[in-house]
Amino acid sequence: MQSQATYNYKVVRQFAVMTVIWGIVGMLVGVIIAAQLVWPELNVVEWLSYGRLRPLHTNAVIFAFGGCALFATSYFAVQRTSHAVLFAPALAAFTFWGWQLVIVLAALSLPLGFTQGKEYAELEWPIDILITLVWVSYAVVFFGTIIKRKVSHIYVANWFFGGFILTVAVLHLVNSAAIPVFAAGILTPKSYSAYAGVQDAMVQWWYGHNAVGFFLTAGFLGMMYYFVPKQAGRPIYSYRLSVVHFWALIFTYMWAGPHHLHYTALPDWTQSVGMVFSLILLAPSWGGMINGIMTLSGAWHKLRDDPILKFMITSLSFYGMSTFEGPMMSIKTVNALSHYTDWTVGHVHSGALGWVAMISIGSIYYLLPRLFGKPEMHSKKLIEVHFWIATIGVVLYIASMWIAGVMQGLMWRATNLDGTLTYSFVESVKATYPFWTIRLLGGLLFLSGMFIMAYNMFLTMAGGKAVDAPVLAPAAAH
Amino acid sequence: MDINDLRSLFTVLAFIAFVGIVWWAYSDRRKKTYDEAAMLPLDDDSQFVPPAPQVTENQERKSS
Repeated sequence: MQSQATYNYKVVRQFAVMTVIWGIVGMLVGVIIAAQLVWPELNVVEWLSYGRLRPLHTNAVIFAFGGCALFATSYFAVQRTSHAVLFAPALAAFTFWGWQLVIVLAALSLPLGFTQGKEYAELEWPIDILITLVWVSYAVVFFGTIIKRKVSHIYVANWFFGGFILTVAVLHLVNSAAIPVFAAGILTPKSYSAYAGVQDAMVQWWYGHNAVGFFLTAGFLGMMYYFVPKQAGRPIYSYRLSVVHFWALIFTYMWAGPHHLHYTALPDWTQSVGMVFSLILLAPSWGGMINGIMTLSGAWHKLRDDPILKFMITSLSFYGMSTFEGPMMSIKTVNALSHYTDWTVGHVHSGALGWVAMISIGSIYYLLPRLFGKPEMHSKKLIEVHFWIATIGVVLYIASMWIAGVMQGLMWRATNLDGTLTYSFVESVKATYPFWTIRLLGGLLFLSGMFIMAYNMFLTMAGGKAVDAPVLAPAAAH
Repeated sequence: MDINDLRSLFTVLAFIAFVGIVWWAYSDRRKKTYDEAAMLPLDDDSQFVPPAPQVTENQERKSS
């Protein structure tokens, strides 16, 4: 039995389209700063210098590209698995426009030099307040929809999305706590962190690592648990494992932050706790990866001619790779070599491009035709091209950064027989140039893939009309 | 008993709670619920997907 009501796809459409647009913007800024490392002459004016653009790049790809992808997919999945229309549609519309405003304000304020100086939490206090309002609205819409659900069970993807929404709210409120300098005015904001010294550093990396763990992992795992079964046309390999995966991730991620502060003023025992919990994290991460990939068990042939599935399964492979690499890098002795080098940058991008971007791209390719009333994307061939360009791009990027990072680490620690340093810092910079060039090429390839996606998206949208699917009654079994 | 004993106790309790969750998730009682739940994303496009396993008891279907 079908009722007349339709799912709220409008806000999903808006976020899905903006995912592609902000993906291009964020990755373009990434390519620009990669070029600035190769050719420092490209730092023309201070507003567009490396130091100002780098936080813009990270904010744009994480919160604009990744954020829009999470909003779009969570609003889609929660409605369909709950058989309920989105709760509070006006508030849902506010989350879209509010989030876009946050992004625009970030794009203006960061190049102008307004920053709290905390990595991934650079935005100044007036924008932080707006983020809080949008995020609370997001929680009300999401959990309101769950409460409205017509089925008794809350599907596991919604557990991950819900965990991500709640945790990010807590992280944002605690780490952004600051004392504003009202005399500086609201248009030229200035503030000081509520914490000092090593506590400030610990709060920052408790935030920073959980931004990775909940924004960039739990949220995208929610995506994985909905869209991989959807695209494969089979239920998740083990639902039990997914429940254990969720709780294991929730219990352990919170404690891993100190591995960002090895060999600092942070007490030794705290560093060790961070290291141990990072090592434990390997288990739930790989459990989740295996659960996603094994969903295709018995239907591997689907991988041969479905480029969307290729994106999803490759993203899970990169997830497995970077969640093996992460715990390894958190071991203090390995960290002594890897920290502050380009190895870290390679690790982050293996997660960000390989896992986060690829699962988002796959999910958005799944969504677009369904949102615009088309049977499939305009060109399947172009999705295939996008997949290969993106994959080669990621491989070039992370391989060059691995080599560069290990080389830098070895050069920095090398000493002569009399105890003096073998290399000056600038010698390691000089040696890194070729790898920065390869990295630029990798980033350029990944960005080109996004342009192909945008072209494909606009042709899919052209002539299609925005459709909202009817709300289906739950299957009789429930 | 000082605050650090409480902290240790909390860690142990959290671990026991986690072991409890694993035991609960893998108990046979949960199997049927989970088999149904796993079909949730799929049975909303019924024309493409085989029907969900039939369950006769305890139907909570709301007619709206």
